[in-house]
Amino acid sequence: MTTFTLNGEVRTVNTDPETPALWVIREQLDLTGTKFGCGMAQCGACTIHVNGRAQRSCITPVSSLEGASVTTIEGLKGADGTLHALQQAWIDQQVPQCGYCQSGQLMSAAALLAENPSPSDSDIDNAMRGNVCRCGMYGRIRSAIKQVADASFYDAMEGNQNG
Amino acid sequence: MGKWTRRGVLSAGVVGGTGLVIGIAVRPGNPTETAGHLVTGKGENLLHIYLKIDDQNRATAILPHSEMGQGAQTALTQMLAEELDADWDLMRFEEAPADGAYANMALGRGYLFAGVNFPDAVVPTVDGLVLKLADALGMQITGGSMSIRSTGQYFIRAAGAAVREMLVNAASKAWGVPQDEIRTANSRLYHDTSGRSAPYSEFAAAAARVTPSSTPKLKKAGQFTVMGQSKPRHDIPSKVDGTAMFAMDVKRPGMVYAAIRRTPVAGGTLLRLDDSKARAMSGVIDVIKIDALKASGMLGAYSAGDSVAVVADSYWRAEKALAVLELEWSTKGKEQVSSASIFEQFDRDITAGVNRLVDVASGDADAAFDSATTLLTADYRVPYLAHTCMEPPNATAEVTADRAEIWIGCQNPLGFRQHLAANLGLDLEQVTLHNYFMGGGFGRKSNADYALQTAIIARRVGRPVQMVYSRAEDIKQDFYRPAVQSRFKAGLDADGKLIAWQNTYVDKHEPAEAPLIPYAVPTQDIGHVASPTHVPFGAWRSVDHSQHGFFTESFIDEAAHAAGRDPYEFRAEMLKDKPRLLAVLNRVAQEANWGRPMEEGRGRGISLQESFGSIVGQVVEVTVSGGKTWVDRVVAVIDAGYAVSPDGMKAQIESGIIYGLSAAMYGEITIEQGAVAQSSFADYDAIRMHDAPVMETHIINSGAAMGGAGEPGTPGVAPALANAIFDATGKRVRTLPVIKADLRSDAEASPSVAAVGA
Ligand code: FES
Ligand code: FES
Repeated sequence: MTTFTLNGEVRTVNTDPETPALWVIREQLDLTGTKFGCGMAQCGACTIHVNGRAQRSCITPVSSLEGASVTTIEGLKGADGTLHALQQAWIDQQVPQCGYCQSGQLMSAAALLAENPSPSDSDIDNAMRGNVCRCGMYGRIRSAIKQVADASFYDAMEGNQNG
Repeated sequence: MGKWTRRGVLSAGVVGGTGLVIGIAVRPGNPTETAGHLVTGKGENLLHIYLKIDDQNRATAILPHSEMGQGAQTALTQMLAEELDADWDLMRFEEAPADGAYANMALGRGYLFAGVNFPDAVVPTVDGLVLKLADALGMQITGGSMSIRSTGQYFIRAAGAAVREMLVNAASKAWGVPQDEIRTANSRLYHDTSGRSAPYSEFAAAAARVTPSSTPKLKKAGQFTVMGQSKPRHDIPSKVDGTAMFAMDVKRPGMVYAAIRRTPVAGGTLLRLDDSKARAMSGVIDVIKIDALKASGMLGAYSAGDSVAVVADSYWRAEKALAVLELEWSTKGKEQVSSASIFEQFDRDITAGVNRLVDVASGDADAAFDSATTLLTADYRVPYLAHTCMEPPNATAEVTADRAEIWIGCQNPLGFRQHLAANLGLDLEQVTLHNYFMGGGFGRKSNADYALQTAIIARRVGRPVQMVYSRAEDIKQDFYRPAVQSRFKAGLDADGKLIAWQNTYVDKHEPAEAPLIPYAVPTQDIGHVASPTHVPFGAWRSVDHSQHGFFTESFIDEAAHAAGRDPYEFRAEMLKDKPRLLAVLNRVAQEANWGRPMEEGRGRGISLQESFGSIVGQVVEVTVSGGKTWVDRVVAVIDAGYAVSPDGMKAQIESGIIYGLSAAMYGEITIEQGAVAQSSFADYDAIRMHDAPVMETHIINSGAAMGGAGEPGTPGVAPALANAIFDATGKRVRTLPVIKADLRSDAEASPSVAAVGA
């Protein structure tokens, strides 16, 4: 038995302890936004947040989540349903093609910005290089991340001025 | 392996024939009678096979193409809305069901070709094979960059225009005014002199009974207000919050999971299976042997060997149990076959030239080469390539004795359904297929092997089953872009003019024109020899253009350098009578600042490629240092006639470029002991964020016949890259992938010598 918080709700699952979180989330907890792309931590499609950090759920044994706070793409929105700034930027920049990699891309990008609100290009490279997009939308992903990073930079400036 | 034809009927000229597709008609009442039950709900009227209007005045496009990310559905909806004079905010779209009614003769001839006689030569094909008709109409196959240029241009726009006329006709009767006094805009009908107006929905039912003109009047480019705009794609919001449904997201009550492994050597059989350990594992339900599958014709001929599946109560358990199966496969006598032996065979067969078939023969090649002052020869090679769609092949099926239902993402829903019916011994009506978003297709998901495997497993276990390929299985059980070798010879005269071009390559598939060059070279001799291997092949984004684009646009570059000429100017001079191609070439050179000096270690290369009715020019900039290549920037120009959605077209071209670049830089499937050696993104990698170039794409709306966008970006990037590497290093890459080429400078290759020298 493993108990953890998933998108703000406490969930308990009973399964082989070494089962990757990916399959528990998809099959048992019915959240299918987290995708299977390789099962070997090579593509990033399965990225989730564990205690705020990006992690590949396909190699995360479910037992290791005991007591953790887990967020999936379904939990990236605000509690009131407003889109995360990155999700809006993804729409503004028309990022997805097939869309299959995009949950993982968004989760990696969100973890990056949470830690580093104004990442450089090489910060973006390093945070995102584990996420393959076979549709090749890297340019748009970068633009969308920068759209949010620039906005938060701008907000911070404005905050300073107002304060 | 048999001849593989993806678009056999199309190349026979059914759609391409002039004057054939001149009118789209709807017989009174017919669509609702035969197809209405499939696609309409309460308050909805089907006015055309592709269009329904509901009582809220919402118009829904019913589109016969699958969405694999190309944005085709949104663009097709734009085309329909344009001719319908619809309010864009009232437009919706949905995918047509994979149902016989959507491709049967009555519909095909009655609705789409009403009043049009098929040429005699085509009739037997049409009457004999419903599936071929569907293919000819572009009705359900998504591939060949056909969606916009064929379905959209010939059928969808005409459908919108025809329905608009039907609505005007119905309103004119009801209002008692002449049709030409009625105008349409924003999904409404107006009679200005009497001040009357009404939404389309008011006349939808009456219009559905109107016999339309067989030649609806289409708008001219200058009149477009919806086409040509970058409309936000309808599918994108669901792809940023995890709600988009891919086939693998389907869950059926009582569903179990299957992991699968097929014979490592294609066509092999299972000699021995010991599943005792697997069966003892918790959650394991069954171990199933599946005999070799075969298909031919429109699905892309394939034959695949035996496979074994483990069914369990979770996918993880199924995979774990699969790993402990003891399996012994026959190698079919192919254990000596390797990539090296395959290329030796190609080399032999090209040299022998037995039964060489000619694509182009103009002038006297021997005489031309005799008179040449400079001769140039080169052999080019490309390896097998896998597709590695982000979403591995998977499907969910429920199969009983008299019914099969499948949930899948595929490029040919109707063809898959036919294939399942034939192989399960069912009638077409007993098979239901639900098509979902595809997490990438690229040609892989036009082969129905994964659908049939799933259905067979589901029948055997008697409960709903979801079957998923592991990434290793995806890479090892693909239908590969073929490995190809191509031998060139060129002759230049004393003025450095290219006077003779000779080329022999192995294995021709489609499109037929892929190996041809657009340049005015007086003597040409282009041909091919057969050199079959046992490795399964299939459509891979841009098909034969993916190899020949690299070959011909690299070798023309070699010729330019041998002539001591600038590669851009050398090409331009030979395109004087091809203004469209020349315009693209000039534009890409200009946008990329061609000729501006570059720093040491950097280089620039150009390419020009016509494919799928579109012309694409590319300039690639690279930095090569320490033997490693960095692609800094790609500038592309496309002339696809007209861009229905410019932003969507740019996304498609850039997607195609990255796909081609992944292959050019890293892509290589090798054969060892008859089997594919690669198994993951570690040994079959793709371009990623840190090595993706900066890209810019420029669009030329030349007004020529519409071309595709999904594939034409792919072929030109490999040659532009190789040409840039030559510019940077003086080394010519003739074998892909680039990563295998030794690009170190002499100093880098022998650092100690360099150090002593310094
Ligand atoms: S599925 Fe986890 S990284 Fe690919
Ligand atoms: S959008 Fe298709 S893989 Fe990224």
